[in-house]
Amino acid sequence: MSQSPGAAVSSGSAPPAEAIPRPDVPAAPKPLAAQRVLPLRRPGRWIITAVVLVLVAQIAHGLVTNPFYQWDRFQYWFLRPTILDGLLITLEVAFYSAVLGLLGGILLALARLSPSPVLRAVSWVYTWLFRSVPLIVVLLFLYNFSALYRTLSVGVPFGPAFFTFDESRIATDMAIAVIGLSLNEAAYASEVVRGGILSVDQGQHEAASALGLPKRYQFAKIVFPQALRSITPNYVNQLIGLIKGTSLVFYVSLLDLFGSVQSMGSTYPGDIVPLLLVATAWYLILTSVVSVIQFYVERYYSRGALRTLPPTPLQKVRNGLREVRARVRRETAI
Amino acid sequence: MSGEARRTTVKTRTDPQEQEQEQEQEQEQVTGTGTAPAAEVIGALGIQPAAVEVHDVHKWYGAHHVLDGVELTVRPGEVTVVLGPSGSGKSTLLRVINHLEKPEIGHVSLNGELIGVRRHGERLKELGERVILGQRSRIGFVFQNFNLFPHLTVLDNVAAAPVATGKLSRPEARQLARDLLARVGLADKSSAYPRQLSGGQQQRVAIARALALRPGVILFDEPTSALDPELVGEVLAVIKDLARSGTTLVIVTHEIGFAREIADRVVFMDGGRIVEQGPPAQVLDHPQQERTRDFLSKVL
Repeated sequence: MSQSPGAAVSSGSAPPAEAIPRPDVPAAPKPLAAQRVLPLRRPGRWIITAVVLVLVAQIAHGLVTNPFYQWDRFQYWFLRPTILDGLLITLEVAFYSAVLGLLGGILLALARLSPSPVLRAVSWVYTWLFRSVPLIVVLLFLYNFSALYRTLSVGVPFGPAFFTFDESRIATDMAIAVIGLSLNEAAYASEVVRGGILSVDQGQHEAASALGLPKRYQFAKIVFPQALRSITPNYVNQLIGLIKGTSLVFYVSLLDLFGSVQSMGSTYPGDIVPLLLVATAWYLILTSVVSVIQFYVERYYSRGALRTLPPTPLQKVRNGLREVRARVRRETAI
Repeated sequence: MSGEARRTTVKTRTDPQEQEQEQEQEQEQVTGTGTAPAAEVIGALGIQPAAVEVHDVHKWYGAHHVLDGVELTVRPGEVTVVLGPSGSGKSTLLRVINHLEKPEIGHVSLNGELIGVRRHGERLKELGERVILGQRSRIGFVFQNFNLFPHLTVLDNVAAAPVATGKLSRPEARQLARDLLARVGLADKSSAYPRQLSGGQQQRVAIARALALRPGVILFDEPTSALDPELVGEVLAVIKDLARSGTTLVIVTHEIGFAREIADRVVFMDGGRIVEQGPPAQVLDHPQQERTRDFLSKVL
């Protein structure tokens, strides 16, 4: 009785268990420690998985076979020049607004964190105002006041877009769209940036100023790179909102992706559904590209913050294969 | 009203101060012999040990009087260890010396140069941020929690400040950083990130980072308090090496044995005041004040 657990333990520590035959224990089965542990069976999980698979298959089947979606028309529209022109405008508006919005957001965040009560108040009021007013209202305001725009433009801190103001009608609409989106974006970005700066340990500020590092260097090289680690996911969230928000520029008569889908839809009323699918597909692609970029940017800024960086998708695949191979080897060995 | 109160504290302090000066003179004879060969080591680093003077410094946090008329003189090359219970103002004193905290009254000087302020007629006027940052680069500071920059490699942590403050070119700074890392025994860790190191190693990097600016004085704020007991020794060894090399050091610590070993002078603080100061043999073994005896009996 007392012998068998003792035997199991000792054979676990001494690898060749069979090498030492024990005459008093005849033809014993494999010792306990050498046997593989059987995993717990989970029938409930299998049933739920099967149900979900059936549902997913149904949806996929519906998407493919339902004539309502008109996939041939989708194919026809997907790479049409009008759609691609619209896509280009969406990209342009989104890009300029994202850059200007982030710059504005950084300035607003710095103002909000500054010791000057006036700067703090101005920054707070700006953020309060533009987070309260719907983007579409801001855009229509700008559009309707475009006659007054030149005088209004002097005090607004977003430069580059103004240079295109006097050019063709399209450029003006573009300027209105970019300014409107940037004003809105800056308000949200300022809170994202401020949150990121606040997330950097106070000790970092102290260490930087104890070393006598110049103020600008402290921000640009010590605090901001660390803040970016928490700014990135939040700002990408914001950026995805912005990409979808560009669909509103249709209302200031700018033919972006959504705008060209809308206008084609009114010309070809039968194709509305495939056209909306085309827009959906392109927005999905844009968001996916941004998400992939986000992964690598986050990975870059987590250097030093993590002991080991998260694996890239390629590394994940390679690790997965290695894992499978190792398991196969283990199974065959037992 | 507060002015009168201050004046009285200054007066009461004058008597013990004279005593101190006598003690310091005795002490100089003791330490004088040890500094001669060490001067070469500092010469190699290009460090000129500086004198620190803290004069009648008062500091309040709200209604709490954190520093209550602190008066301290540290001579070039001297190692001063500050002891005292938590909340006694030790750390605040260090932070006042490099002007991370502004004293409300009083001033600090480094080799006779006022820190953070300038004389403006009969009054003191605050200096601009840039000038203060320049002054700070001549005062090394080692934090309890290391505060290394986690996004920079160990080498960049050490090399960043001399480049950013315009003291050295990038290749020069990197060479200096390599030398300093070798000196604290971490030559092989230069491309690691701080979080990949043990606490003791991080603190040694932090010391190398402070040394990279060739400061006249280095302030240590409880440099071993955040470390496992096992790792304390390696950090103390580096500080000991610095002490032997004749750098001016002011160390806040709870390591009494270490204080006894390396201090030229021990300062005991309580309630924002310096209660007692003198050579370690006197303050640690024959404390004059009841409060010091009480503290030491609990710590030793």
